[in-house]
Amino acid sequence: MSLAKIQSIPYGKEVIKIKNISLAFGGVKALTDVSFEVKKGEVFAIIGPNGAGKSSMLNVINGFYKPTSGQINFAGEDRKEMIPEFAAKSGIARTFQNIALFKGMSTLDNLMTGRLLKQKQNFLMQALYFGPVQKEEAYHRDKVERVIDFLDLQAIRRTPVGSLPYGLQKRVELGRALAMEPEILLLDEPMAGMNVEEKQDMSRFVLTANDEFKTTIVLIEHDMSVVMDISDRIVVLDYGKKIGEGNPSEILKNKAVIDAYLGVAD
Amino acid sequence: MIYKETGQFKSTYESDHSIFPLIQDKIAFNLLMLVAFLIVPFFIDSYWEKAILIPFLIYSMAAIGLNILTGYCGQVSLGTGGFMAVGAFATYKIMTFFPDLNIMIIVLLSGVITAFVGILFGLPSLRIKGFYLAVATLASQFFIIWLFNKVPWFYNYSDTGQITVSERTMFGVAVTGANAPPYATYLFCLILVVVLGFAAKNMIRSKIGRSWMAIRDMDIAAEIIGVPPLKTKLSAFAISSFYIGIAGSLYFAVYLGALEVTESFDIMAISFPVLFMIIIGGLGSMLGSFLGAAFIVLLPIFLKNVMVDLIGLSAVTAKHFEITIWGLLMVVFLILEPHGLARLWSIAKEKLRKWPFPY
Repeated sequence: MSLAKIQSIPYGKEVIKIKNISLAFGGVKALTDVSFEVKKGEVFAIIGPNGAGKSSMLNVINGFYKPTSGQINFAGEDRKEMIPEFAAKSGIARTFQNIALFKGMSTLDNLMTGRLLKQKQNFLMQALYFGPVQKEEAYHRDKVERVIDFLDLQAIRRTPVGSLPYGLQKRVELGRALAMEPEILLLDEPMAGMNVEEKQDMSRFVLTANDEFKTTIVLIEHDMSVVMDISDRIVVLDYGKKIGEGNPSEILKNKAVIDAYLGVAD
Repeated sequence: MIYKETGQFKSTYESDHSIFPLIQDKIAFNLLMLVAFLIVPFFIDSYWEKAILIPFLIYSMAAIGLNILTGYCGQVSLGTGGFMAVGAFATYKIMTFFPDLNIMIIVLLSGVITAFVGILFGLPSLRIKGFYLAVATLASQFFIIWLFNKVPWFYNYSDTGQITVSERTMFGVAVTGANAPPYATYLFCLILVVVLGFAAKNMIRSKIGRSWMAIRDMDIAAEIIGVPPLKTKLSAFAISSFYIGIAGSLYFAVYLGALEVTESFDIMAISFPVLFMIIIGGLGSMLGSFLGAAFIVLLPIFLKNVMVDLIGLSAVTAKHFEITIWGLLMVVFLILEPHGLARLWSIAKEKLRKWPFPY
């Protein structure tokens, strides 16, 4: 099982190696020959202008898109493509740019769905709902309550998420991903559309998750001050090609990145 | 005042996750069960049995089944009549093959057979959604009815094409056939509905139910968190068809006793009314399944009583009016309260919390 494999990798070693990945939709080339590595335990940021292929890259990593060519080395195993279910089972969780929550369900139930893969009782036992099932539910509820405490979601536990404001929905989505106790967390613009306070909160949650649960974080973000503050390493994409890679101070000095994306202060 | 939750604290997750977390709900439900099991059987006559209680229980069962599929898993189905027919014919064939088998086992087996048929017709759901899936299930409805009409083996080569139930007993009392006393048929249906109703509620509040709702609300996100779409959708089709099959089995064996497939399981006779039940009752609500069934069973009786007995219209005219008013009410209802009777009830509960001292 890949989950055990990921867990056996020491911190600081590569856990995902993207090797020459290309992705095309018909004639449109979303990604061309992109390679980089994500090390275990780091906060890794993917940045670049709109349409650079950042979200496509995340979709390739968790198996939503099949790359046209190239390979993903995942926990030491070469794979031509990932499959969403396999990615989830191997401990990869993600959030979406446009929130993808279960709108008709309460915050609690949304977070509980993050535990689905870890619940083992079959449906007949669930229909009877005695001993083992009840214990299992309570066990996972306890895990979810910790996430609720961590993200300050107590007050909206029973509220259907469809009626929550945007910032809270983003937070619930992070909560659902954290409830999976992921090894690797893919965050697609977790701070888009937030005000400064909400961004600070979100950064705190992301850093704490990285710090306390040792979760590897791959993040797409447009707010450069946030990215430069919280990430260990950064890769820059432009028109589907990699134009820079390194730690924040190197990226800030990189000529190609400044020309394509960062720009110069007057 | 009446509906106050103040002072009711939960100290374990088990108690917080119970079906009736509030003591008021628990008391009300227990009282209802007390009346249903211990008082009604002594007073039930054949009018109450055949016109109100048995149809209500059977339609509730079918509505629970359809609600699992449509309300909880989001897969629209117009094939309820077809699946109920499968349940009915499965019961008939099992009865002919195993004359000594207990009726309870026959009914449950019919449900299992219908579940497998449901899986078969659920296969297209992986590829098609919404209206298109509705049309695919509509095809299953017509195909199944056609099959039971065309293949004489299903109705044991009888001349009329009818299937007729034979008498079966439980604990020495007939529950099927012409001689079954009202209390026996009533209790038989009631026990099945209560037990399977709880089973459905339990599934909905645990893993499988959350997987269904995840698929309903956003299938892409569900896939990303590791819910397998095909398996989950098919499990909804299977379990939904199990309930609908049992409803069909009871409809044939306990309620009608003898039936002809085209007439009894027609799309206008079953599929649409059951769909209306869950829409009027409340999609994705257990209570809604029961309220919807009660509404659809009681409304025509109520209208008929008012028009024929109170106003004195002729029975034929009353029937016409009844259909018109029924349709009109349906439309008005859907416009005014699209979330159904279950929503009205939760609004009422909210009001009762403060009554009689609203701030």
